[in-house]
Amino acid sequence: MILTAKRIPDWVAANSRILDLGCGDGRLLAELIESHGITGLGLELDPEKIAICLDRGLSVVQQDLNRGLSNFRDQQFDTVLMTQTLQAIRRPDLLLDEMLRVGREAIVTFPNFAHLKNRLQLGLGGHMPVNPQLPNPWYDTPNIHLSTFDDFEALCRTLGIRILDRDTANLSGQSTWLGRVWPNLFGEVAIYRLTKES
Amino acid sequence: MPESLGLVTPFVESFEEPLSLERGGVLPRYDLTVETYGSLNDTRTNAVLVCHALSGDHHAAGFHEGATKPGWWNDYIGPGKAIDTDLFYVVSLNNIGGCSGSTGPLSINPETGVPYGPDFPEVTVNDWVHTQSRLADRLGIETFAAIVGGSLGGMQALQWAISFPQRVRACAIIAAAPRLSAQNIAFNEVARQAIMRDPQFHDGHYAMEGVVPSSGLGLARMVGHITYLSDVAMGEKFGRQLPRADRDAEGANFAVEQYLRYQGQQFSERFDANSYILMTRALDYFDPTDNESKPLADVLKVTECRFLVLSFTTDWRFSPSRSEEMVDALIQADRPVSYARLESAHGHDAFLIPDATYHRLFKAFMDRSFHDLEGAQ
Repeated sequence: MILTAKRIPDWVAANSRILDLGCGDGRLLAELIESHGITGLGLELDPEKIAICLDRGLSVVQQDLNRGLSNFRDQQFDTVLMTQTLQAIRRPDLLLDEMLRVGREAIVTFPNFAHLKNRLQLGLGGHMPVNPQLPNPWYDTPNIHLSTFDDFEALCRTLGIRILDRDTANLSGQSTWLGRVWPNLFGEVAIYRLTKES
Repeated sequence: MPESLGLVTPFVESFEEPLSLERGGVLPRYDLTVETYGSLNDTRTNAVLVCHALSGDHHAAGFHEGATKPGWWNDYIGPGKAIDTDLFYVVSLNNIGGCSGSTGPLSINPETGVPYGPDFPEVTVNDWVHTQSRLADRLGIETFAAIVGGSLGGMQALQWAISFPQRVRACAIIAAAPRLSAQNIAFNEVARQAIMRDPQFHDGHYAMEGVVPSSGLGLARMVGHITYLSDVAMGEKFGRQLPRADRDAEGANFAVEQYLRYQGQQFSERFDANSYILMTRALDYFDPTDNESKPLADVLKVTECRFLVLSFTTDWRFSPSRSEEMVDALIQADRPVSYARLESAHGHDAFLIPDATYHRLFKAFMDRSFHDLEGAQ
């Protein structure tokens, strides 16, 4: 399990309304409620994780993100979060669009497939990367849409999405100077704060 | 395995103040048969109201003296269970119009001196909620820590959150719908027609004739029962097996026929036909949107509680999509809501049947409701 990027709380406003897509056991939402007094709602598929969210007193709805977010109003949230889930979505482009319809801003993190380790495993080793961030074999993985910093930014340009902030983190959630200088090669986790071009 | 409550005893609360009913009509007085489990704390904040479904009653948990079968929700109410009687003071009652002790068609009409029978005034979910609020006043409960119910009981819980937002802190709505669909009303109508077409029904005055429309009531239950189960559950339980030899199987070609007849017969012995008609009508008419004059999301804006909505995958009588209508409306209304669509083979009946995941989620929500109480004090 990848730790929450430490950067995310800095990008969330106090007392804001947050929607967390694929909220897991609700740790991030619970932290943001504690530290920022946010009002949060999580979407999650796994009943056991939903139960842990309920233990924490969170609001959590079982919903398949591939179904979209049509049950939410335009601009219902200040920020829509999605950590380490984009790569498992059937149509990441459509969901990104939806995230910025229901939220003023979006914060997205995903594994950078162009990270040096992956390049070495694929480019030199000649096989699909398997590592702590991408632990599954290629034939049985939820991670069907892997991308890189560069790919993601190209998609943002196509969708008219403005990148407000960008950061990288290693697997402990720490930002590294090498990652900040050369993210596409040294950033393990890509972290973006986004909004729609006005 | 958590233990049972053991022996429980119902009691009767009488209300002498007349009750004006939503669809016209007045009850000059009424009794409510009630059971409570656990104890009310000093601050009177830990009460949970359990609302029963179509054929349920006040006996939700524990055992009556000499009984071998516990109350209808015994798997979810008791020490250490989802509705934990070590934490909560649980109130469960038989609704008016019922036939398990509270004032209903079997009761004597004080104005005529004979049982109401078919002349019992029509009651609605709103009326039930109203009488439940009077019961709460009587028991010294200003605010419920939670109000919970399955099916028609879930509709009462929802109505509470709308009618008395300040008196409900949490609301669990299980296997319910914001209002019935045409198909659902249609099933209820078949059940009513089965009763009314029984020659022993006598326009509802069967008691005066000294008879019971048991074949009609049994048939109504058989239809209902099929809709409460899933194809999978029936297949697993009966398949195409032949009738059991150790039970009456007269004219039954398959085990499922024998089972349905048995269920119908049992039900007709314990339930009153006029009550059944009355209860199904209350179910049919329930509609907090007042025939869509107001979107559900707008109606729900007045609520102030946390919600838990649960549905079951094979429930086709109150399907998950109907629960999701409520969830989406609550989301639209910016109300705190949690929801899960639970895997189950048991159809609508799943809300009564023990299941680890269902129990886990339900208990997590309820325990948190208790935890929040302590935080608020």
